Amino acid sequence: MSSPPHTTLPNPIRPAFDQGSVEGSVIVNIGPSHPATHGTIQIVAELSGERVLRTDVHCGYLHRGFEKECESHTWHNLIPYVDRLNYCSALINDFAYCEAVEKLMGIEITARCRYLRTLLAEYSRIADHLTCVAAALMELGAMTAFLYLVTIRDYIYEHLADLTGARVTYTYGRIGGLARDLPDGWLERLGEILDEMDTFTGRVHGLVDRNRIFIDRMRDVGVISSADAVNWGFTGPLLRSTGAPRDLRKDTPYLAYAELDFEVPVGIKGDNYDRYYVRMREIDESAHMIRQLVDMLPAGPICVDDRRCSFPDKQLVYTEIESLINHFKLVMDGPQVPPGEVYSAHEGANGELGFYLVSVGGGVPWKVHCRSPSFVHMGGAHRMLDGYQLADIVPTFGSINMIGGECDR
Amino acid sequence: MSDAVFEQVRERLAGVAGEATVAHGTLALEVEAARLVAVVRTLKDELGFDMFLDVTAVDWPDREPRFDVVWHFYSTRHFVRIRLKARVTLADPTVDTLVPFYGSARYMERECHEMYGIVFRGNDDLRPLLLYEGFEGHPLRKDYPKQKEQPLVPYRDAKP
Repeated sequence: MSSPPHTTLPNPIRPAFDQGSVEGSVIVNIGPSHPATHGTIQIVAELSGERVLRTDVHCGYLHRGFEKECESHTWHNLIPYVDRLNYCSALINDFAYCEAVEKLMGIEITARCRYLRTLLAEYSRIADHLTCVAAALMELGAMTAFLYLVTIRDYIYEHLADLTGARVTYTYGRIGGLARDLPDGWLERLGEILDEMDTFTGRVHGLVDRNRIFIDRMRDVGVISSADAVNWGFTGPLLRSTGAPRDLRKDTPYLAYAELDFEVPVGIKGDNYDRYYVRMREIDESAHMIRQLVDMLPAGPICVDDRRCSFPDKQLVYTEIESLINHFKLVMDGPQVPPGEVYSAHEGANGELGFYLVSVGGGVPWKVHCRSPSFVHMGGAHRMLDGYQLADIVPTFGSINMIGGECDR
Repeated sequence: MSDAVFEQVRERLAGVAGEATVAHGTLALEVEAARLVAVVRTLKDELGFDMFLDVTAVDWPDREPRFDVVWHFYSTRHFVRIRLKARVTLADPTVDTLVPFYGSARYMERECHEMYGIVFRGNDDLRPLLLYEGFEGHPLRKDYPKQKEQPLVPYRDAKP
């Protein structure tokens, strides 16, 4: 047994400041591993008393070379990796990535696949918002509300496990389709869960919406204006909480969103309370969309009949040589994507989730770049932290919903 | 809708920016690095591209100039995206910063700097962000070996 040498380890970061800017201020380091922040983020803050004068936000503790790794695997093999960018709504990542590749290949997905992807993306958005709101409430001490929301989230996880075989990282998207069709009875259970969710989110509204403690911690804390939010690249619920009704599902409709009836909820002043409320309202809108989609869901195949990307039926792989070779080529060489570049974005649970892909032809990407909303939001997070109390960092950071996987990639 | 905006961009930037192509719903413009600021100023102030989405680079080791620096912008008014692309050399991988126009460029230029070694002239905060202080090399360049390790904390000796 040898113990590690007790030498001073080099500091992984160089703070933007190590001297106070005013008389009597203190510099405090928060994180990267701190019990009150979910996600490894390091915030160097200058405090005057308990007031935050300025902050220097550092991310990167979860960096694992996603983009580098992508350059040495086939287009298909990346699907498990993109899953792990945002582990709260992995299906949205799957579909955004697959759509980007399909655009390069010129593939039009089948109608059933299009509606199913839309349905599952909204279902994932619900799970993501439930996680965010639940965690933010728990950090303020609202344990009951937390348990109500994660109960529903767990129903959703179990329900998605019935479909995909996994609770969190599903690897369910396929280039040109989906891994498998719905199992029997899945849509009935979906209806039950949504009904139950309405009951539970209703209880949470009753517990916290007019709760004095909650309002004092959330109202007028972490305020950001629409102009500032756009300048700092904010998208998704953060931008909408400032009152700007910007939503890619409405503005640049993709999948089946153009055919759905839904509203884009917005906040009033862009504070923590608005961000909470926008997410809760978006959960309602997503449920409303899912109920429409269940009625619209057409029958038919879920994968395109295109030998460049879709795997042949297993029965044929075992019985005819063409399908065997096709299967072999798809596994070994990967789908053949023509040269080109594409930027394709979906409205992720946290904002604009974009994939910029460069192909030089062949089965392996030349470059995969992910424009992740959490990373951009971290770049402007100091605008919502500076000027408030030290204790406000916790609810404000919670309301940003930074996801380490996609932030640090 | 997007076609009209693209046509307007083309007309307005004719002569300033290079070749313009529309592919997969995005207008892609080639720009010279020296003219970047002028192009972006027009895009932001006159054409309504108020959101800076992204900056990254593409490495072409066998080509001279070796790097493409790629920017994406979005208009929250017209709902269209535009891509700018400038070529820079390995010897002088410098482009102007866009921080004076867009706050969000600050963080993303830091990432592009550490991953590809692109220098954003005028951005005074190019500290490592996803990597750590003292990391050598630029990992997303094609000549950086994927398996290379630079542990910040030395591995412990596993021998008893």
